[in-house]
Amino acid sequence: MPVRLSLAALAVLALAVALVPPIVQLDQSLVDLRAAGQPPSLSHLFGTDEVGRDLLVRSIYGLRVSFLVGLVAALVSMVIGGLVGLAAGSLGGLADRLLMRVVDGFNALPHLLFGIFIVALFAPSPAAVVVSVGVTHWTTAARIVRSEVLSLRSRPFVEAAISGGASRTRVVRRHLLPHLFPHLLLATVLMVPHAIWHETALSFLGLGLPPHLASLGNMISDGQRSLLTGAWWPSLVPGLFILVPTLAVAVLSQRLRDRLNPRQRSELEL
Amino acid sequence: MRAVLRMVAWRVAFAVPLLVIVTIVMFALAQASPFDPVRQYLGDRALVTSPEILEQIRANWGLDRPVHEQFAAWFGNLVSGDLGESRSFHRPVAEVIGERLGWTLLATGSAMVLMFAGSLVVGTIAAWRRGSWLDRLIVGGAFANEAAPVFWLGLLAISVFAVTLGWLPAGGLTDAASASITFGDVAAHMVLPVAVLAVSQSSWLVLYVRESVIGTLREDFVVGARARGLRERTILVRHALRSALLPFLTLLGARMPELVTGAILVETVFSWPGVAGTSVQAALAVDFPLLAALTLLGTVAVLAGNLLADIAYTVADPRVRTLGVG
Repeated sequence: MPVRLSLAALAVLALAVALVPPIVQLDQSLVDLRAAGQPPSLSHLFGTDEVGRDLLVRSIYGLRVSFLVGLVAALVSMVIGGLVGLAAGSLGGLADRLLMRVVDGFNALPHLLFGIFIVALFAPSPAAVVVSVGVTHWTTAARIVRSEVLSLRSRPFVEAAISGGASRTRVVRRHLLPHLFPHLLLATVLMVPHAIWHETALSFLGLGLPPHLASLGNMISDGQRSLLTGAWWPSLVPGLFILVPTLAVAVLSQRLRDRLNPRQRSELEL
Repeated sequence: MRAVLRMVAWRVAFAVPLLVIVTIVMFALAQASPFDPVRQYLGDRALVTSPEILEQIRANWGLDRPVHEQFAAWFGNLVSGDLGESRSFHRPVAEVIGERLGWTLLATGSAMVLMFAGSLVVGTIAAWRRGSWLDRLIVGGAFANEAAPVFWLGLLAISVFAVTLGWLPAGGLTDAASASITFGDVAAHMVLPVAVLAVSQSSWLVLYVRESVIGTLREDFVVGARARGLRERTILVRHALRSALLPFLTLLGARMPELVTGAILVETVFSWPGVAGTSVQAALAVDFPLLAALTLLGTVAVLAGNLLADIAYTVADPRVRTLGVG
């Protein structure tokens, strides 16, 4: 039941993000003061913000921006992590130990603080956000890829290729990469919600995407202004657009993990 | 005891080079940054300030010297305890951090205590009533809570408890009208940030307690305790919970980066005058000396958390002690 619900929620959000922007043109600077600060109603399902913009349409736009930034950031961290993990696993020895120390070191950094540091010095922009999330989040991918490479290295087909005289690059390209790809893909999918979270947190602090761009973090930050006058919906609505997809991905990944490791099946029954 | 000492030595041997590398990377990033600290410092006045005075400021800050000399000077000062001068507060960094660190420790410390106590109770109840509607509610709530951004939770808490109900203040350390800091005033202002920080950090702990209590409830010694006719509460607290507790200590250490992240966001939402929220102000003002010092402080906090967790684990679990660590 929760699995179907999660799939349905993700499908609805994906359709909305794909279809709504081309149909409903959003003028980012549109101001309609007659409709300003309306609570949720039939004409505006999720209400309007302090300058009269419809929060549902704007949140869908925001989700699209946040998703794109999150996806690129997740891909960047997967590429870095994949390369480091591949190098550590296939080179072995001193290189492996050094690289794993680097991974430990990165894990000891408070991620958001480093993200803030990077964005602060290079002016808030999508690129700065992507870099700051990408360079702090590749360690999980590196660990996954390294352990996978280590287990692949002792398989007969890899040993056969090595004893047949295949070069190191050939072994990596022809025999290791195809096996690593599904793991990397899954890790990327799981990384996207986290990357979106980082984008929204940075934007919320005023250190993320430029303020005129409708991203979920910027919208929550805007909503903060009207909060004390009793308007709760401009803060609530964009947060739901972060909460629902993140929760759906978490439920699906939990179920997938149980499927893959029946022996370590958790006690969670959702 | 020797095992503990060896582990501490091992950890410190890892921490020192890491901190050195972090300072080098931060300095390199600052050098590559397009921001001109002098113009940043002067703001609009930079347009009307004569170039000679700009050069004078540059010389005073040592910015006209070669890069490696600048780094050596900065690094030397850091090691000798001189953190430099904050460019946005126009005061020594050590002073800015000193007067805020206590508030951060107070808020995060209280939040951790609350998180621990609350998660133990909630997680144990869920395990005890496994499969019931209550259990499902707790598990579902924990998953939803994990997916919700902490700053969003903070805003919702302000909306409900400060704006709609009017029970608690929305932010700050004391009422704007009060001139002095009184205990009751601070305590009232602390409730919401501490509760939000504790709740936002507690999901994994609730789920963890639940899962490991369920695991231990099946063990022979629990069955034995039941057979001896002990009360259900005694079994749950004295037997199941106690042996389920051990692995927390390391997990708690591993969660330090998240705690730092949570503190940054919660302090910003509630205008709590701590060091974590100050890092955001420093970033917005591109105040490199302050931001660098706070980033180092955050890294030290994470390393110290890991170390404390390992020590606690070594002391608590005799098996780790005999096998040795590292």
